[in-house]
Amino acid sequence: MPFDFYVTVAVQGVLTGLVYGLMALGLSVIFGVVRVVNFAHGEFAVVAMYLAFLGFAMFGLDPILAMLPIGLGFFGLGYLLQRHLINPFVGRPEHEQFILLVGLAIVLVNGLLMLFGPDTRHANLPYGFDSYEVANVLIDKVRVYAAAAALVVAALLFAFFRWSRTGMAIRACADNLLGAAIVGLDVKHLYALTFGLGMACVGAAGALMVVLADATPMLAPAFTLLAFTIVIVGGMGSMAGALVGGILIGVSEAFASFLVAPSAKSMFSFAILIAILALRPQGLLGRKQ
Amino acid sequence: MSVFAALNGRAKLLLTLFVLGLAAAPLAADRYLVSVLILIFYFAYLGQAWNIMMGFAGQLSLGHSLYVGLGAYIAAALWTKFGIGPWAGMFAGMAIAMAFGAAIGWLGFRFGIAGVYFALLTIAFAEFTRIAFDHMDWTGRAGGLFLPVRAEQAGQWWNLRGGPLLFYYLALALMLGALWLCAALRASRLGHYWLAVREDEAAARALGIDAFAVKMQAVLISSAMAAIGGTFYAFYYNNLFPAQIFDMSRSIEMILAPIVGGLGTLFGPILGAFILTPLGEGLIAATEEAGLSAPGTKAVFYGLALMAIVWVAPSGVWPWLRRKLGLETP
Amino acid sequence: MSRFLEVAHVTKRFRGLTAVDDVSFGLDKGAIYAIIGPNGAGKTTLFNLLAGVYAPDAGSIAFEGKPIAGLAPEKICQAGIARTFQIVRPFPGLSVLENAKIGALLRHRDPLDAEQAAGETLRRLDLWDKRRQLAASLTLPDRKRLEMARALATEPKLLLLDEVMAGLRPTETDRIVSILKALAAESGLTVLLIEHVMRAVMALAERILVLHHGAAIAEGEPATVVRDPLVLECYLGAEALE
Repeated sequence: MPFDFYVTVAVQGVLTGLVYGLMALGLSVIFGVVRVVNFAHGEFAVVAMYLAFLGFAMFGLDPILAMLPIGLGFFGLGYLLQRHLINPFVGRPEHEQFILLVGLAIVLVNGLLMLFGPDTRHANLPYGFDSYEVANVLIDKVRVYAAAAALVVAALLFAFFRWSRTGMAIRACADNLLGAAIVGLDVKHLYALTFGLGMACVGAAGALMVVLADATPMLAPAFTLLAFTIVIVGGMGSMAGALVGGILIGVSEAFASFLVAPSAKSMFSFAILIAILALRPQGLLGRKQ
Repeated sequence: MSVFAALNGRAKLLLTLFVLGLAAAPLAADRYLVSVLILIFYFAYLGQAWNIMMGFAGQLSLGHSLYVGLGAYIAAALWTKFGIGPWAGMFAGMAIAMAFGAAIGWLGFRFGIAGVYFALLTIAFAEFTRIAFDHMDWTGRAGGLFLPVRAEQAGQWWNLRGGPLLFYYLALALMLGALWLCAALRASRLGHYWLAVREDEAAARALGIDAFAVKMQAVLISSAMAAIGGTFYAFYYNNLFPAQIFDMSRSIEMILAPIVGGLGTLFGPILGAFILTPLGEGLIAATEEAGLSAPGTKAVFYGLALMAIVWVAPSGVWPWLRRKLGLETP
Repeated sequence: MSRFLEVAHVTKRFRGLTAVDDVSFGLDKGAIYAIIGPNGAGKTTLFNLLAGVYAPDAGSIAFEGKPIAGLAPEKICQAGIARTFQIVRPFPGLSVLENAKIGALLRHRDPLDAEQAAGETLRRLDLWDKRRQLAASLTLPDRKRLEMARALATEPKLLLLDEVMAGLRPTETDRIVSILKALAAESGLTVLLIEHVMRAVMALAERILVLHHGAAIAEGEPATVVRDPLVLECYLGAEALE
């Protein structure tokens, strides 16, 4: 196969990987601060996909713009979820948190199944088949848009944690919970904000995902696993790691799809995950504890 | 038998009635009820296998479908391809499942991967294997592996060819055997060491406990037991699909009974299976009755029930029920 | 002849900070020793080196003539050195008896024998009446004694006690002092304790090692050590002389 072809596959992988990275970023932020593993993460991503699909089918709203209201709505949803459902489970044994969130995941994915059935839904964008041609390399327009949007959201989140007072307060909670409580930070509120932000990421990523894949409830568990894999590969608690991990997994999936079979693409991701856990358990960009 | 002797009088009586009742149940039960009971025993058995790892040794595995699937596929493939009977096939499946368990355990425990990370490692292995089986010609790829049901083999109980009653008593024996095994393990030196590692690994090591070896033993025993369950599954259902048997939802299904019943308890996985399986069956019936035939309806209630249980009784139903029944040892 | 426990030129650094700096000392069988020193003097690090939590960067540790530096914690315990943790860590979800039994299983492989041995240890430490309680439900003094009971149940030759008397009332301290004295007298147990409670140190220890900034600055009999001007200056301060 010609070299250009490989470049095309790699570029598509990177672009898809950025959207994956945004989804994983949500998981990473939640785990890094609240120390709760959101086992319903992929399910929320698929809920966002359906919302974006509905917005497009009913009002002709471009999913890339729909990312804004969906992200905002998910932020509020996440805030309320953390406050009323998950907060009582903070600090409880991992398996109890796990059961709670798996229960939630089952409700979400099967709720979608009840409402929409198992068939896939495709958002037929007017520019869905357009592509850019750069030096013999063809790149889907939708992927470029989605990846750019994902980067913007991720950059906003970086900036928030880096420079805003609230962002710094949240980082303080993550570093030293007791200390944060002692200096009078409202930990419950900050946890809820964090969960909301994580959910905003997954909401936005889900909306963008509609342009890359057809929506079906069956995607949900696979997305949960995908987000986990990316976070572990990139490094738990490292925001940049989530994006790097997303790109790596996106590229590996793209190559596996072309060279082996589309159905085997996640096998490569799991192989990478196993290798990372064995060789560098803290992840590519994670700090050694 | 010493395990039984340690129970108080009332517990002995109730356990005896329980066993006799189940042994006699097929006399009164119809075909449907027998099939539900088989399912209950099967999940109780797998729950006990998983409970050794999580409930006793404190290692969260979310990939136990891997061991069940290997036990199922290997025994089934040896039977369909070479005519090797399920008993030999079961041991082959156990050996392979234990080898996978050892690999996961070694990776996880040697490199200090714990908690959520360890759980993810187990999922990764299970998913990896699922996809591998999806593409393996020898076992029929994603299209599945089917065990032929031939008339001339009917009644060959030694080859696990038979009717529902054969599988009923087999499943009952598996569940009760696992109960006995877990009770014996729990009372043994190893069982105490598992609890110590579960409670506080650093403190356990300071008492001379080789935490790595102890955890490896847990994963080996647990994976071998799960593989036996897989062999049973293969010969009971006569068809295997990677997407079904290796799926993560199978792993999750398996761990619900012990969690609902009571993690780390001996009777919890059994009680949990007796609660959850009928609940699931009842939900199917109820949703059909109500005309809510949409797919997923049952599972939505199932998910809500799970959330409610972990909210109301996070340590499980059995510790509470045991107190109510007065079965605590004095 | 080598001594019961021989620590020679042991050094441990953490990211440039030298927590234990070229420390040497020795213990003889059947005696009670104490390590004292201000906070941050490196006492707990030294302890963790003996207990196998860390391997020293330099130096050697020999127990009964065999090198043990860098062995895993369980190997150290199997060799006959048991330890308690400064912040007690009983197995919270298990009963007091089960806690002690898990310790006893090291030398009594049969669970019934172990239970019997554990029961005896619990009686020694006045915990027998509470044997059925969950460890999580005990008061701090009881938990401290359970921590000792569990370590003793492994039947060590050398017992390392990390501030078992901190936070206890004087009556409780005296109780532990008398238990330790009886143990050392009857079974020839050797005890090495880190302690802040000088009352207990003076009552128990036959020899004292003083650490300061990771280095051993004095070693000897209690009466001599507490009069050592260097020790007074850098650790005890004027109020200790009263």
